[in-house]
Amino acid sequence: MNPRDSLAIDPRTEARAGAGTFAEPWHAQVLAIANGLTVAGLFSRDDWAAALGAALRKAEAAGEPDTDATYYAAALTALEGLVAARDPATGGALSPRIEAWRQAYLHTPHGKPVVLGAGRGGASDDGAG
Amino acid sequence: MSDHDSHRIAEIHEDLHSHLPPEPALRVKALESLLVEKGMLDPATVDAWIELFTEEIGPKRGAAVVARAWTDPDYKARLLADGTAAITELGFEGWAGGHLKVVENTPDTHNLIVCTLCSCYPHSVLGIPPNWYKTAAYRARAVRDPRGVMAEFGEAVPEDVAITVWDSTAELRYMVLPQRPAGTEGWDEAALAALVTRNAMIGTARDLTPGPGGPD
Repeated sequence: MNPRDSLAIDPRTEARAGAGTFAEPWHAQVLAIANGLTVAGLFSRDDWAAALGAALRKAEAAGEPDTDATYYAAALTALEGLVAARDPATGGALSPRIEAWRQAYLHTPHGKPVVLGAGRGGASDDGAG
Repeated sequence: MSDHDSHRIAEIHEDLHSHLPPEPALRVKALESLLVEKGMLDPATVDAWIELFTEEIGPKRGAAVVARAWTDPDYKARLLADGTAAITELGFEGWAGGHLKVVENTPDTHNLIVCTLCSCYPHSVLGIPPNWYKTAAYRARAVRDPRGVMAEFGEAVPEDVAITVWDSTAELRYMVLPQRPAGTEGWDEAALAALVTRNAMIGTARDLTPGPGGPD
């Protein structure tokens, strides 16, 4: 059987009636942000479903494994793409902001709250204000 | 300083700092912080959604809806006529609007839900979909070979039972109303709800069975 044809049902997971939670906090955040933006009207539920469906098909065509990790990676890509399409300024500010968060983590001593701007004198240089 | 030394110093340096989240988590933080700053996203909406769905209350809500329908014929009629309105009677709201249609299993029909496009799911009553629901394999095969899929879940659906597959969309999601198991006459709603599994409400399980001990 083609691996892609297997549902890979895990009996240990299936035994738990409430199974269906998030493996990583960011998985929940992606869906929560998508929901928040549909509530706010940035895009419709149909737009979200279409973008997510397209990202999933692309991942499948690229031979990505049929897993939860692939699903959420596709969801994040779909969300970034929709936001960039609706608000190009935000789309353009994403890469510098990712780097700003990375630097904030790298320059914050362990145990201290991570604040955007740490390690660069608190100045905002990502154009996002 | 040798390369080895500088590498070791870099490692120690890393240990002194906050653990760097994985790249996708940084991307999510970037996206969320920008959207919130611009007033395009309400952080309270995000927090409320996460709180709701990480506490796994979803399937319990669906089970409560099913138990009510089993014990109250008038409620069942309202549920089948307008699922969206009927779940609000129990205090449950849909996911960003969207409509809910409840489809009933009978002795000669079985219902199975899928989202062939992505992963549309009745979050408001079932919570977060299981991993297999989101896989390309399930999305494709539920429509093409529903009996084969059911068999993989350990469910042999008799040939004389017709299977209807419902393809969810962003606007219209489905939930299966399973059949009430025999031997549960007189059980209260809480005991009945405890029998109802998530998979029965997706349709990948068909027969629910009361435990040998009855309600507790």
